[in-house]
Amino acid sequence: MTNEAIKDVVFRALKRVAPEADLTTLNPAADLRDQLDLDSVDFMNVIVAIHAELGIDIPEADYRKLASLEACVAYLAAHGA
Amino acid sequence: MPSLGADMEAGTIVEWRVHPGDRVKRGDVIVMVETEKGLVEVEIWDEGVVEQIVTLEGQKVPVGTVLALLRTDGAPPVTAASFPAPLTGPARPALPQATPTVAQVTGRPRVSPVARRRAEELGVDVANVTGTGEHGAITKQDVERAAAGAAVPTPPAPPTAATPIAERHAAMRKVIAAAMARSKREIPHYYLGTHIDMSRATQWLVAENLKRSVPDRLLYSALLIKAVALAVREVPELNGYWVAGAFKPGDGVHIGIAISLRQGGLVAPAIHDVDTLALNDVMRRMLDLVQRARTGVLRSSEIADATITVTNLGEQGVETVFGVIYPPQVALVGFGKLTEQPWAVGGLLGTRPVIAATLSADHRASDGHRGGRFLSAIDRLLQAPEQL
Repeated sequence: MTNEAIKDVVFRALKRVAPEADLTTLNPAADLRDQLDLDSVDFMNVIVAIHAELGIDIPEADYRKLASLEACVAYLAAHGA
Repeated sequence: MPSLGADMEAGTIVEWRVHPGDRVKRGDVIVMVETEKGLVEVEIWDEGVVEQIVTLEGQKVPVGTVLALLRTDGAPPVTAASFPAPLTGPARPALPQATPTVAQVTGRPRVSPVARRRAEELGVDVANVTGTGEHGAITKQDVERAAAGAAVPTPPAPPTAATPIAERHAAMRKVIAAAMARSKREIPHYYLGTHIDMSRATQWLVAENLKRSVPDRLLYSALLIKAVALAVREVPELNGYWVAGAFKPGDGVHIGIAISLRQGGLVAPAIHDVDTLALNDVMRRMLDLVQRARTGVLRSSEIADATITVTNLGEQGVETVFGVIYPPQVALVGFGKLTEQPWAVGGLLGTRPVIAATLSADHRASDGHRGGRFLSAIDRLLQAPEQL
């Protein structure tokens, strides 16, 4: 999967949880939860949506490695996406 | 039109999900309604066949208005579709307040519960009030105008269902303002707080989540909600409503979850019968409820009948919550941030993950002693997370 395709998966997951968000203005290096005002329930729904699409079982201890959009894409690419 | 909250006066029909001739059963979503708190899927509490749609899409009608007629099984006469009771009482009768019938549409004027209460407060006889609502129904504004002796304005043009977002936010702000002002005006709050050692709960959670796949994992807020539900069973005077000068116990433990909306505002829909749900189900329903609250549509039963509310502001960095009760409920439980704190046990000082739990309670319905027992029960339950 290309990084662009992985990014689309992440965007779809974010859109489900925060449909009002303008993802085109996201700073890819900055914290996702801060930028989109996501709480732990929202973030869990994002991880569940990514898992549903890619089938990658992200351990809870790795959630912090998914803090920014860049980090998300890099992590998922490194774990078989 | 069901009452979807203590201060709701009217709702706008956005979309019918059923048509005449359709068969419906208890719990089916039959119509989408727009309220000040957003879009709500209204469920039905009878079984039968839809006979006629009475209130059409785009119409704004006061609470109590007949929306549709239903032919119930085995009953030849057509009855008005029934909805959960409004938040003026805890009971959920098969039919709400004065059961609306066809005759009522052209009969005596309808009065919303809010208007009726206002009329009582102001000493206004509703028989002398001219209604400006749909079909001449009497609204709170009509009562206030009658009390002030003001002239009756011409009824406004029916609004469209798609209210602009800014307007909807203003409307939601007004609803919150009304409920919170009423709370602080009428409810003699008392406040209690305690710090709870969360080390067992968090350790259990980490170990448990290691065994679980992504969609099955738990958040500690699910533990808090379940602990509140079990604790309030031990102190039932915190679970229910203060209505007409007396406490009415809830018909189950329906925990309202305070959910902030990213565009501003707040809703507190309920998870039903949390005390009887497995922790996994509490978690699933919480995920689902938060997502639906923030992205669009809640159901009528979720909005109307929370018996106690939980608010968790820990993620905003708040250490301690001093909550305002959502009337007519009698208690609100607040949780702050989960932090590492110095903690002395048996003369030894260590650090533990600690959370501040607070109770705001209505002193008309309960006393501090019982409130204290409730907080102790939450603490005790969180020390045995595997049993939640």
